[in-house]
Amino acid sequence: MQILKDIYALLIGMWTTWKHIFRRPVTIQYPEEKRQPYPRYRARIVLTRDPEGGERCVACQLCSAACPVDCITMQPAEGEGGRRYAAWFRINFSRCIFCGLCAEACPTLAIQMTPDYELCTRDIMDLLYEKEDLLINGCGKDPVYNFYHHAGIAVTQPRGSGGEELSPVDVRGLMP
Amino acid sequence: MEAYLFYILAVVTVIGTVMAITEQHPVHAIVYLVTSFFSLAMIFFLLSAPLIAMFEVIIYAGAVMVLFMFVIMMLDLGRPSEASRPFLRRWALPMLLGGIILVSIVTVAVNHISSPDTSRMISINDFSVVLFRKYGVAIEIISMQLLFAVVGALYLGRKRDDR
Amino acid sequence: MSYDPIDIALILGKIGLVFFVILTLAAYLVFAERKVLAWIQDRKGPNRVGPFGLLQPLADLVKLLTKEDFRPVGADKWLFYLAPAMAAIPAIMIFSVIPFGAPLTLFSHTIPLQVADLNVGLLLFLALSSIAVYGVALGGWASNSKYALLGSIRGLAQLISYELSMGLSLVPVVMLARSFRLSDIVAAQSGCWFIVYQPLAFLIFLISIAAECKRIPFDLPEAEGELVAGFHTEYSGMRFGLFFVGEYINIIVLGGLAATFFLGGWHGPLLPPVVWFSGKVLAFAFLFIWVRGTLPRLRYDQLMHFGWKVLTPLALVNILATGWFLVLKG
Repeated sequence: MQILKDIYALLIGMWTTWKHIFRRPVTIQYPEEKRQPYPRYRARIVLTRDPEGGERCVACQLCSAACPVDCITMQPAEGEGGRRYAAWFRINFSRCIFCGLCAEACPTLAIQMTPDYELCTRDIMDLLYEKEDLLINGCGKDPVYNFYHHAGIAVTQPRGSGGEELSPVDVRGLMP
Repeated sequence: MEAYLFYILAVVTVIGTVMAITEQHPVHAIVYLVTSFFSLAMIFFLLSAPLIAMFEVIIYAGAVMVLFMFVIMMLDLGRPSEASRPFLRRWALPMLLGGIILVSIVTVAVNHISSPDTSRMISINDFSVVLFRKYGVAIEIISMQLLFAVVGALYLGRKRDDR
Repeated sequence: MSYDPIDIALILGKIGLVFFVILTLAAYLVFAERKVLAWIQDRKGPNRVGPFGLLQPLADLVKLLTKEDFRPVGADKWLFYLAPAMAAIPAIMIFSVIPFGAPLTLFSHTIPLQVADLNVGLLLFLALSSIAVYGVALGGWASNSKYALLGSIRGLAQLISYELSMGLSLVPVVMLARSFRLSDIVAAQSGCWFIVYQPLAFLIFLISIAAECKRIPFDLPEAEGELVAGFHTEYSGMRFGLFFVGEYINIIVLGGLAATFFLGGWHGPLLPPVVWFSGKVLAFAFLFIWVRGTLPRLRYDQLMHFGWKVLTPLALVNILATGWFLVLKG
């Protein structure tokens, strides 16, 4: 009988919801209990330093180019010895969509995502983060990486003294 | 106390009915008519006929007028204020009929000045005995008519497969 | 006719009590609905205002009262203002005929726990519930909005259709109790509740009252997925609140009527009658909330087919069968 089957189906639905009444709620009472996000959670962006304490960012503009909502702007500058840095660096978090493309694009691991998701203010201008707000005293997710130890023109160390570098070839010499 | 209530309700009924006739907006007219039905039902209640009072509300206010309103809401009647009033010639017959009714009411009212007999409550039992014993044939005829109406509605509303 | 001042005072007291209890209960039913729905959906529900969120209805009230009460352009002013009251008042008036406890005897005064013991009580219920249609219809029509109009047209059609099966399902009850008076109907169930004799009528009545108070399997007049909020789309503030509270008053009243007609009213062993009655009403309220948490909304043609082709014929057959049974019994 079709009608008995239908009534049975209805009763199964009612029984399911009845069971759920006594189940423990999955709600997390947010301001009191906070859930611990995973380390790779994509939230507030920071600028990291290398293990020696120098800024990793070389103001190459790759993050700015990768950003789909154009929320990163910076002004490149050159310090003593030709080492590049950002004169100012600005991330507009009211536009940022936390996609993580800037962190992927960064060749020096300078720009990184942190799990700090509590970005909430009354004034929207407070979401405009300047370089001093972004820069942290730490290496972020990679504690040993230093761009200049692996590559780079002779800015911080002589050519050929990087990690995987060979010493420069004398192009005028005849020796193999 | 009952007499005061009666006069108040009677005034409400008459005003409601007059407004229902003269109001140009059909939905407003329905609301006035429902008001008038309501006070009429209260008058029936005062006259110790609670059954009639309830039927007045259930059937007229609750069913007939709701269907009227349903139809009016479905139809877009546009601007009702442009509807012209009927000519005097067309008023003649309704006014004649209304005059006859008015005269008969006045005659009855003059001859029976006594207040309604509220001592004997017409119970549902009395009502139904009279309805089904004395007027049984009439009830049967009316119910046959309703049955025909139902069958006719079913015929009109049947699903046509022969397209 | 003379009136005893004590009787008048008692009647006024009962009216005040009923108003107070019903309005409070309706406000807390909103809270209970939010809580139970939350539990069904593995959430916690409102728990911020007061202990366990128990003051939430007060917060809702303050919010509704302080919101702007606006009227859309082109709305029919008086009908727009009148409609919420027309939806809420008949619902609360129905409660006047429901006996909510055994008659009390105090100082040789017998006080029936019922505001008005009319001999046409059941018909009064049908009359007032047919009047409640006007609130929905006029509210939607007067708003001058397409969603509200569609909602009110649906509401009209649905309420008319299910009123029929509701009325017909009550006929066997009247045949068994031989009275329209609700206190007689309750008295006739002192031995055995009518649900035992009339399970089919009870089911039909239950489904019809779910449709009458526009609860979820039948909430087409306010289907939020299709019509924004149906007939009360354009309402705000306390006028919306009246529609909203009216719906919950309707649940309480119709639950009380279902208890009166089929579950023996205030009859029950051990516990005092008022407790039995309120327990039955709350059980119906819980059932409605539970059903809301479970079932999806019907399609419109399914709704009409179910009302006219299933419930109404079944109710008619049930009347016929009850009549035969009573005649054979003699």
